[in-house]
Amino acid sequence: MPRIRFTSNLARHLAAPELTAEGGTVREALDDALADEALLRSYVLDEQGRLRRHVTIFLDGAMITDRRGLSDAVTRDTEIYVLQALSGG
Amino acid sequence: MPSIDVATRKGLFRIEKADEGWTVVTPPAFLGEPVSAILTDPRDGTRYAALRLGHFGCRLHRSGDGGASWQEVPAPAYPKSDAEDAPALDMIWELVPGGADQPGLIWAGTLPGGLFVSRDRGDSWDLVTSLWEKPERARWFGGGYDHPGIHSILVDPRDSRRLALGISCGGVWLSEDGGESWTQGGQGLRADFLPPDQATDPVSQDPHRLSACAARPERIWCQHHNGIFVSSDGGATFVEIAGVKPAHFGFAVAAHPIDPDTAWFVPGVKDECRVPVDGQLVVTRTRDGGAGFDALSGGLPGTPCYDLIYRHALAVDASGDVLAMGSTTGNLWVSESAGTEWELVSAHLPPVHAVAFV
Repeated sequence: MPRIRFTSNLARHLAAPELTAEGGTVREALDDALADEALLRSYVLDEQGRLRRHVTIFLDGAMITDRRGLSDAVTRDTEIYVLQALSGG
Repeated sequence: MPSIDVATRKGLFRIEKADEGWTVVTPPAFLGEPVSAILTDPRDGTRYAALRLGHFGCRLHRSGDGGASWQEVPAPAYPKSDAEDAPALDMIWELVPGGADQPGLIWAGTLPGGLFVSRDRGDSWDLVTSLWEKPERARWFGGGYDHPGIHSILVDPRDSRRLALGISCGGVWLSEDGGESWTQGGQGLRADFLPPDQATDPVSQDPHRLSACAARPERIWCQHHNGIFVSSDGGATFVEIAGVKPAHFGFAVAAHPIDPDTAWFVPGVKDECRVPVDGQLVVTRTRDGGAGFDALSGGLPGTPCYDLIYRHALAVDASGDVLAMGSTTGNLWVSESAGTEWELVSAHLPPVHAVAFV
């Protein structure tokens, strides 16, 4: 099953342990893993299910190509890494 | 002990009046996080703090122990939609308690223009669809942000079903039935930024802030993008007050809680130059319903000064004698003389979004 890890920067806001998920795409994996984690989900996706603008996702070290649809394929061995973009101020 | 909450770009601070004067209490809450709105509910003492995180969206926290500990509760959320540009919460701009007869009811004004209500102290929220579905909303537009936003929510203390909203830019909206239905108020507001033949269109107005006299809530003061206006009928109609010196542009306004003819403003040069006139920060105060204004600078910095006061960053206490004011430059002042003299409490806070007496 794909594993989902979250940036440690989330830890200041809430617990974000590593999760496992079912699914063949990033979208399916996130929907599965966060189905019972509404608060954590809301940190990563907005209420319309869109990836937050300043959050990004890497699959085994490479950034996803479909931020909008989250259709990038994942396998049972994929590590999905949810991290924040950097911003100033 | 008198205390004031100060919501800033980098945390929620509190100042308290002790024997040695007003001091900043440490540590702040949510240090490093942008705090966009705050509320201490006078009905039950519950505190609320809205965050606008740069990466992780808008968050809402609640404290039942005066801020010693905080619990995250769900933030208002827009209904699911398949539309490509489906709305999502961008900022909680105002949190206001319902009436004394509505325990646990909280109103939230947001970007991109939705009014939300919670009836369970923030455990859940509903979009007020009666306003959201108004056809006029299609003509609202952003004022300072990409999308329109509700920044002022006035609940009539005599009848909590009577509501008035200030929207940038969507004008003034009124409800007589607790939000079940809405009518456009704000007749008489005038906007030079609109084409001349539309300057008085109430839908497109940019009231920067509304503030009502608690004892006479039909009296509403408005700092508008275009100047200072006053209503004597609960926001249905407004009269423009021209010629206010040193300027009529600004964001903040505080209405006296008892005297309907007294209000305070903080002027800037004009919309395209949002700094104090001639580099001198002043507070303007009327005590006669707008016939005259005093420009007050006692205790405020001499020139050059370029502080700007955001719309929620000027507040007056329940007596009408004590005011607090915070600036984008991180200065915080308190006046215990109804604005005549000001004391600098801190010159080193993050940019101040809002101040509120607790």
